[in-house]
Amino acid sequence: MSKFKKKRGAASPEVSTASLPDIIFMLLFFFMVVTVLRDSELKLAVVTPEATELTKLVEKSLVNNIYVGKPKEKFQREYGTAPRMQLGDKFAEISEIPVFLEQHKVKVPEKKRNRITTSLKVDGAVTMGIIQDVKTKLRKSGQLIVNYSAKPRAN
Amino acid sequence: MGRSRSRMKNEINAGSMADIAFLLLIFFLVTTQIVEDKGIRVMLPPWSEEEPDITKLNKRNVFSVLVNAQNQLLVRGELADITQLRERAKEFISNPTKREDLSENPRKAIISLKNDRGTNYKTYLSVYNELKAAYNELWDEESQRMYGKPYSDQLPIALRKAVRDKFPLVLSEAEPTAFGEE
Repeated sequence: MSKFKKKRGAASPEVSTASLPDIIFMLLFFFMVVTVLRDSELKLAVVTPEATELTKLVEKSLVNNIYVGKPKEKFQREYGTAPRMQLGDKFAEISEIPVFLEQHKVKVPEKKRNRITTSLKVDGAVTMGIIQDVKTKLRKSGQLIVNYSAKPRAN
Repeated sequence: MGRSRSRMKNEINAGSMADIAFLLLIFFLVTTQIVEDKGIRVMLPPWSEEEPDITKLNKRNVFSVLVNAQNQLLVRGELADITQLRERAKEFISNPTKREDLSENPRKAIISLKNDRGTNYKTYLSVYNELKAAYNELWDEESQRMYGKPYSDQLPIALRKAVRDKFPLVLSEAEPTAFGEE
């Protein structure tokens, strides 16, 4: 019996927390690698419609975003309520699309440039007129791969 | 030396390291977006000044879908509902009963989509979605028949291409009309 009796001191032994920072750092690095930073503030109210035949956009660095929708309430005094387009973080006209595409293109390695996709994030309530103008401009600028951003629909 | 402290006790307290790391972690959690971007992938035709003329084609090979500014559908000249669109498109493309007024064969079938500048984007996208779904279902059925497997990303590219070649997706979009209010 007494052979196995442990010799415990009065003070209980503490769990070492020395490795806690390492664990947290590991989590941190995981999140840093996996996520992409929010690129721009959205000035438009955009609720994309629902669809079923969706494809995932794989490489984020090959995607440029064009937003179309009504300006948010705090911008309505300045920009009105008619649907507008947003490129990057500011309101833009259709004629600015080629410059925007070019700015994105130079950041992409040359051999990947033919896979650049334009993601159109358009509010469901917008009429097709402005989208047609955007599409025509994209075709004229030779940007033909387009993704109509949509949410998955529950069947 | 005057100091008598041993070197062993000269450690930096690392107890707050975890707090700092937590702070960074929370910062990244807040500033990042986890939502992935999904959508309907479309290949636009290259720009050309003249419009492709689909009137020259055999009428039975064209499945025309018109959407007006009131978001109503006109499929092959008659009013239709969006819920029937997928089935009708599938029947038109594959033409299982060899009807005279549907496509001669899937390779010749063309879907022509035309909308108005006043059409709602939501309606337009759901129409597009149904048409794409029709092709996806056909591809799936064909793939099941040929390989006994569903048509998916897991299927080798060559096999997928063979399926797609049997039912090539040809969706022509005409310049929209401008009757409706934008």
